[in-house]
Amino acid sequence: MNKYTERLYNGLIKENPTLVLMLGMCPTLAVSTAAINGIGMGLSSTAVLVLSNLVISLLRRVIPNEVRLPAYIVIVASLVTVTELLMEAYLPSVYEALGIYIPLIVVNCIILGRAEAYANKHEPGLAVMDGLGMGLGFTVALTLAGLVREVLGAGTAFGYQVLPKSITPMAIFIQPPGAFLVIALFIIIMNAIGIKTRQKKLVESNGCDGNCGLCSLTCEQGKEAAK
Amino acid sequence: MKSLILIIISGALINNVVLNQFLGICSFLGVSKQMKASASLGAAVIFVITIASAVASLLYDQVLKPFHLDFMKTIVFILVIAALVQMVEMFLKKKSPAIYKALGIYLPLITTNCAVLGVALTNVQDGYNFVQSVLSGFGTAVGYTLAIVLLAGIRSRIREEDLPAPLRGAPIVLISAALMSIAFMGFGGLSF
Repeated sequence: MNKYTERLYNGLIKENPTLVLMLGMCPTLAVSTAAINGIGMGLSSTAVLVLSNLVISLLRRVIPNEVRLPAYIVIVASLVTVTELLMEAYLPSVYEALGIYIPLIVVNCIILGRAEAYANKHEPGLAVMDGLGMGLGFTVALTLAGLVREVLGAGTAFGYQVLPKSITPMAIFIQPPGAFLVIALFIIIMNAIGIKTRQKKLVESNGCDGNCGLCSLTCEQGKEAAK
Repeated sequence: MKSLILIIISGALINNVVLNQFLGICSFLGVSKQMKASASLGAAVIFVITIASAVASLLYDQVLKPFHLDFMKTIVFILVIAALVQMVEMFLKKKSPAIYKALGIYLPLITTNCAVLGVALTNVQDGYNFVQSVLSGFGTAVGYTLAIVLLAGIRSRIREEDLPAPLRGAPIVLISAALMSIAFMGFGGLSF
């Protein structure tokens, strides 16, 4: 495996942002009402992530270290605005379904987290592959959560009927409580088969790890303030 | 008047920001392990979201809209909110050390709480005017505080239970949140 495919494997499996690193919980819970929404959200975040990793990697010697976080935020926010406008024009149905969660990609921790942890230290080629791996890992996890919720809650998968009509779907799974239940179920399964996740950090930090957005910025300040 | 009260109630209970809209989940799960910290964070969130919604609403109506720059709202809001929280923090540190001591370490955490940006964007989307935006921000933040304090209470009980190993940590917290969410769905029946 060369170093480029290694980045893909890392994002998809080894450090899957949602299932292993427990980042970006807000969109995961919010848009997983149907598998197709998971794909829409996942791919739009992937597009932003790949481009932001590319731009940040190209500019890594230009941006002064002291103001890097505000600079990253401006880059990510511009890319999100572009994505949002493109989706409104060409994919109006997905745009309607995802609504407020598209502009909120800005505060998705995966994007700023990768900029901080990877893109600002590596060459553009690797940064793009890293963004692609992480983005696809996010997409797979979101789609999986969406699929489980859709099958249980509506009896359909990607809009096609899969459960026999005689079984009444459990509507609770496509309503808000179902999101918490399905993600809890995923973590229980991962725990039971012994995959190490960062869930302990998620529930026992001071909101730093797995925070939705500007994670590193807040964590640094939070730690300083705590001193 | 009735519609203004409805905005607060809808923000706090019916469309609860955490349990129904899934904004600010991370601090909701992370900070709720202690009751005291949860209450302080809740107070800080009420403070910041109310101010941020007021500023965002003014900025949108007075600057972005007249100059046809509404497509810039995401960029402008996130930068303004980040700067605002820093300013509030500096102001409190200087003018009111007591409040700063109580809310201090939670203020920076909020910059990034997606609930703040989420509320500002939702207000614009719903076409709220200044007063409506402020009230909706306040209601939403009260809803957040309610949810996090309730979860902290539940978690203080869970801690004493003997749980099966795979359920410990995040899963049981998420399941508690799911049950709270079911309870809050009951508020959907509130009508005036």
